[in-house]
Amino acid sequence: MLEIENLHASVDGTDILKGLNLSVKAGEVHAIMGPNGSGKSTLGHVLAGRPGYTVTAGSVNFLGQDLLALETEERARLGLFLAFQYPVEIPGVSNMEFMKAAVDAQREQRGEKPVDAVTFMKSARETCKAVDLDPGFLKRGVNEGFSGGEKKRNELLQMMMLQPRLGILDETDSGLDIDALQVVARGVNSMRSPERAFVMVTHYQRLLDFIEPDFVHVLAGGRIVRSGDKSLALELEARGYAWLEDEVA
Amino acid sequence: MSQEHIDQAISREYAAGFVSAIESDTLPPGLDEDVIRFISARKNEPDWLLEWRLEAYRGWQQMTEPKWAHVHYPPIDLNEVSYYSSPKSMQDGPKSLDEVDPELLAMYEKLGIPLHEQEMLAGVAVDAVFDSVSVATTFRGKLAEAGVIFCPISEAVHSHPELVRKYIGSVVPRRDNYYAALNSAVFSDGSFVYIPKGVRCPMELSTYFRINEAKTGQFERTLIIAEEGSHVSYLEGCTAPMRDENQLHAAVVELVALDGAQIKYSTVQNWYPGDAQGKGGIYNFVTKRGVAHRDAKISWTQVETGSAVTWKYPSCILRGDNSVGEFYSVALTNNFQQADTGTKMIHLGKNTRSTIISKGISAGQSSNAYRGLVRMSPKATGARNYTQCDSLLIGDRCAAHTFPYIESRNPSAVVEHEATTSKVSDDQLYLCQQRGLDAEKAVSMIVNGFCKEVFKELPMEFAVEAGKLLEVSLEGSVG
Ligand SMILES: Nc1ncnc2c1ncn2[C@@H]1O[C@H](COP(=O)(O)OP(=O)(O)OP(=O)(O)O)[C@@H](O)[C@H]1O
Ligand SMILES: [Mg+2]
Repeated sequence: MLEIENLHASVDGTDILKGLNLSVKAGEVHAIMGPNGSGKSTLGHVLAGRPGYTVTAGSVNFLGQDLLALETEERARLGLFLAFQYPVEIPGVSNMEFMKAAVDAQREQRGEKPVDAVTFMKSARETCKAVDLDPGFLKRGVNEGFSGGEKKRNELLQMMMLQPRLGILDETDSGLDIDALQVVARGVNSMRSPERAFVMVTHYQRLLDFIEPDFVHVLAGGRIVRSGDKSLALELEARGYAWLEDEVA
Repeated sequence: MSQEHIDQAISREYAAGFVSAIESDTLPPGLDEDVIRFISARKNEPDWLLEWRLEAYRGWQQMTEPKWAHVHYPPIDLNEVSYYSSPKSMQDGPKSLDEVDPELLAMYEKLGIPLHEQEMLAGVAVDAVFDSVSVATTFRGKLAEAGVIFCPISEAVHSHPELVRKYIGSVVPRRDNYYAALNSAVFSDGSFVYIPKGVRCPMELSTYFRINEAKTGQFERTLIIAEEGSHVSYLEGCTAPMRDENQLHAAVVELVALDGAQIKYSTVQNWYPGDAQGKGGIYNFVTKRGVAHRDAKISWTQVETGSAVTWKYPSCILRGDNSVGEFYSVALTNNFQQADTGTKMIHLGKNTRSTIISKGISAGQSSNAYRGLVRMSPKATGARNYTQCDSLLIGDRCAAHTFPYIESRNPSAVVEHEATTSKVSDDQLYLCQQRGLDAEKAVSMIVNGFCKEVFKELPMEFAVEAGKLLEVSLEGSVG
């Protein structure tokens, strides 16, 4: 589903990704761990097509298409979703309106009519329940005045409404209390399917207790320096990253 | 967002910019007392009104054009303007819709104006002013039952001379300012509304203005009188065809809200703004003012997206105790448009209250200024004002300015002022695009969100229209 080869990328002239390789097949869950500043969020933004992030070498194939040749919104409509580490606020634009516009943009891409407002509202309310957000959040401005944990759950809400093919979750578990963590895990698990894949950036092995990954990768210095199964996360928890960075160097 | 993106999204074609092939009877350009006599004679006006006009004209001759607004334009040669234009087929005045020129009706349809009675189920009574003449007023029958008078002001001069004579110029005096004086001298038509004591007007009233002829000025004059305890909601919409020359629009609107009356006046202004290079467009120099007597309320809501230059300050004179004034405004400028708009709240009575919510949006290389005056007179004990003035910038070649003037001469009066300036941020756009929205849709959604507090003040059906209008006006502001 996603083939990243020798990806090099820079932000404002600084090289951040330096030859990254990653292969994700449909149905899989990949966890990406790594020290602060190693380039995990950068990877997510490069895949999503954030303006200002320049790919200097390498290729990315997503669902048979050259991902890097597509506009940001085209990538999204193709089914690539990024749950942001730091979601921004859009004052005055209600969550409901925002999500409906997003869903309708995807439908338009597929040649379908906009979703009926009543149907959409019903399913949005139900999804709110699933992510443990009061339906009142649908009326509030996008992330406007939301607490840190509410913003994270709001990202999950959007992902569940959009039903993407690939979900990239950038530290969606950070800053969550233990109940909220379980809510996120339940949400992701409910979406797991043979047609869908997830890339989860996390610092905590405890998330992986709830969402079992097929692969765990360590990103350091702009590259994947080690890949393994779930046990790698446990090892990292015990030993930190220093030994890996030493090995690579 | 990148400058290139911005440039693309701000450039859409002006949807209302067609010219209708209607034969018209237009006065040659130029202004003197004879022109005024001609206009007055054309309308069969009583002597007092001709005298009133001439008096205004003489006053105007002593005045000079105001220069204090934050707008720049080449001098307007008022002798190049024609002061009267009427569609030829209208000279005898239509008695009913059947008599209205089908071309005219077709044009209104193109503009989306529901003129036919059968289309009026939405409950909007429309008075359509085409160039300078009122074309048709729908729904008169139903309004008459309620005792409401809604007709062209030229007609009211004949049918209700005592009301017109009593109130015309009572809120905006003939010599109030340069453009108001000019309007008083040459106004050709406009709407007249009278709501009797205690009556709630059974429907929204609405007027559409359109300038069609080249080189004509439009000088309409609207007078709304709400008797004690009555209510009325009135909406005006404006469009003009695309032309390379600038055209002048200098209107006067007077509102009189007697004790306990409520007047809600909404404007959706979409005059031709000029092209992307700043050529052509309407000069919109308008004087709008209302007087609120005891316990009365006047509420101005405006969505201003058109015109090359806008100079407009809908104001409230809160004369009676406990009277309330409100001003809700969205002003959007794009390309080379310039707007200097705001309000004046003049608190005279005790415990008078006013609210000002102004949302200015600037894109392209436009300039958008809010200018507001809050005056608390010595007698305005316990008066309060709350002003919130927000500016949103799209791109980095536009400008926003805020000029709040506060004059308080009563120590018990409270004036609160809040102002913010923000930009449509790259991160907001990125979030929207990551969710599949294109940049243009994203900007219009963000701008609509910014304007929400004002849109909710508009009558329902027009709130939707206003949202769409913003979307159109912003086209090309990103890509
Ligand atoms: N605009 C920029 N200019 C220069 N360097 C930048 C810019 N943006 C990000 N960086 C740098 O890129 C590096 C990678 O950042 P990134 O956000 O991808 O790290 P991360 O792995 O997600 O870290 P964390 O675990 O703290 O979230 C950091 O050193 C960061 O300072
Ligand atoms: Mg990060």
